[in-house]
Amino acid sequence: MSRPSDSAGSGDPTDSLDSVGGPVLSVERLGVTSSRYSLVENVSLQIGAGERVGLIGESGSGKTLTALAILGLLPETLRASGSVRLRGADVDLVGACEHDLADIRGRLVSMVFQEPMTALNPTMRVGRQVAEVMLVHETVAGRQEADAAAVALLADVGLPEPAAVARAYPHQLSGGQRQRVVLAIALANNPALLICDEPTTALDVTVQALVLDLVTRGVTARDAALLFISHDLAVVATVCRRVLVMYGGVVVEAGPVEQILTAPRHRYTEGLVAASTIETTDAQGRLRTIRGSVPGHGRYPVGCVFANRCDAATSACEVEPPWVGESVDVGYACHHPVSSGGGVDA
Amino acid sequence: MWDMRATTRCRAAVVSMPEASTPARQIAADGIPAVDVVDLTKDYRRPRVSLTTPGPVVHALRGVSLQVAQGQRFGIVGESGCGKSTLLRILAGLEQPSSGRVAVMGQAVTGRTERSLRFLRENLQLVFQDPMSSLDPRMRVRDIVAEPLVGLRLGGDHAARVAELLSAVGLDPDVADRYPHQFSGGQRQRISIARALAPSPGILLADEPVSALDVSVRAQVLNVLSDLVDTYALTLVLVSHDLGVVRHVCGRVAVMKGGQIVETGPTAQVYDAPTHPYTQALVAAVPTIGKALSGERAADLAAGVRRARDAAAGQA
Repeated sequence: MSRPSDSAGSGDPTDSLDSVGGPVLSVERLGVTSSRYSLVENVSLQIGAGERVGLIGESGSGKTLTALAILGLLPETLRASGSVRLRGADVDLVGACEHDLADIRGRLVSMVFQEPMTALNPTMRVGRQVAEVMLVHETVAGRQEADAAAVALLADVGLPEPAAVARAYPHQLSGGQRQRVVLAIALANNPALLICDEPTTALDVTVQALVLDLVTRGVTARDAALLFISHDLAVVATVCRRVLVMYGGVVVEAGPVEQILTAPRHRYTEGLVAASTIETTDAQGRLRTIRGSVPGHGRYPVGCVFANRCDAATSACEVEPPWVGESVDVGYACHHPVSSGGGVDA
Repeated sequence: MWDMRATTRCRAAVVSMPEASTPARQIAADGIPAVDVVDLTKDYRRPRVSLTTPGPVVHALRGVSLQVAQGQRFGIVGESGCGKSTLLRILAGLEQPSSGRVAVMGQAVTGRTERSLRFLRENLQLVFQDPMSSLDPRMRVRDIVAEPLVGLRLGGDHAARVAELLSAVGLDPDVADRYPHQFSGGQRQRISIARALAPSPGILLADEPVSALDVSVRAQVLNVLSDLVDTYALTLVLVSHDLGVVRHVCGRVAVMKGGQIVETGPTAQVYDAPTHPYTQALVAAVPTIGKALSGERAADLAAGVRRARDAAAGQA
């Protein structure tokens, strides 16, 4: 990837200069509630510049809602609480007005969605769509510059014949090419934070490898923060340095990738890692599983959300487990954590 | 799904075959391959774009040959658009090939009318990828699982058979009164498997059976599938894009690309020492926890894919 500032023109220079060293994204006690249920509770996380953080969870665990809440894109029926601060933005993103959010989205923070066909406008040539995000935020001087920058960005994300691709409509491109276009749009204004929500789930495995490489190189070249959401532990481990594990709308464990994968403390993380490691089996040659299935909203047990599927659960688990750890970035919330030696702590 | 239901229904309404009570797999002698595919091709014609020229032709399958022995667990791996699903549809008699032959348990499937495919419907059943769209939302589980029995006009105590099948896939027989939407994804896929097993088929085709499921549930369903294949001595043909799944379940694997089989062999051998550049790219591209922990990053995976592609270009 060539130097991004060549292709896109940097935004307001103060964006990248103020509060250098502090976290790019700081989320505190974020919650999302519908009229009946609490869907996400008490999520806190911090991401610094150049840091790549993964958010792991199964469907229904609240990871996408967390991302949408950070961007202020929640549906009207849902309400966010807590605080989301972004470096370079003067307002708290929770409760900010649409005018402020529209200025922030696509400039300071941008998102790559799971399904590129629904993220792109089917009636617009893709070059125009890449140029649009720069014109809207006035990070380039004019239409011609924007179009030239768009072609350069499309070349950056590895599309062959970028000038021809820029004139194509989304339906003329393959799934991998479309996701590259979405990535080009997301990176166009050199955002401080890139959020990727299952960006490669719809792609084939060889294309996935190439797109993951582009995402990593894109954020590294811009020294941007990355929040990478996926249900695939292997993908997250490949891309990220640090992960948060979500289950039932709460973060149950967080820490460096190596620690989470080799020495998980929370019982859910332990089960998830074992179930994802399809190469190994137990003594009977069967895959390790987590018993039961993810409950629907409002059907999670009181106290520890994982208690009804956990083999180590006792009556103590009817009380919400406290967060054990030095910070929100490293720790776990479990009454009966896996001990470092593999047994159970008393 | 709907094709198949319609055909089983209409078949059962018109014909009642004398040999219906003896499944063909008992007739067939040992040594006959469960599935025998010889030089299969399938062309689809795209809609025409001009008045003067016919529409362009898509070669979905170009000369596919394979044999699956009885009792074997056979995996088919490939990316979207490589022809895996077309191959499965032809094996299941849902589609006719442009040329080539398919025989199941020694009996030809290709070139026969729908009406003469009863042996196939009794012997070979399918599990589809998305359980939500392959289960009728307006039917109770009891009726869904008994549907193949009704369609094939198989006698016996259907209620008892349904209860037996539901417990075989790890569901409480009491759930027979519920509707599909009352189940989770993993449970729906179990129902789908129970339905496929209803007519006691000898061969099970599974088209991406776990790719729509959560990680924690995926392992459960794969275990159930493995147990059933053992218990009922089934021949399994499993299609997946996930090499990990195929490696765990299957003993033999075929790798497809562009409508052709580029490599086939024992699963462990194909994964550990792939010979075709495409297989090498496929194996190199899979992220695993083990690789990640040993320091392999996205750039390394991508480099592996590019290397293999270059090698393929050099070979061509």
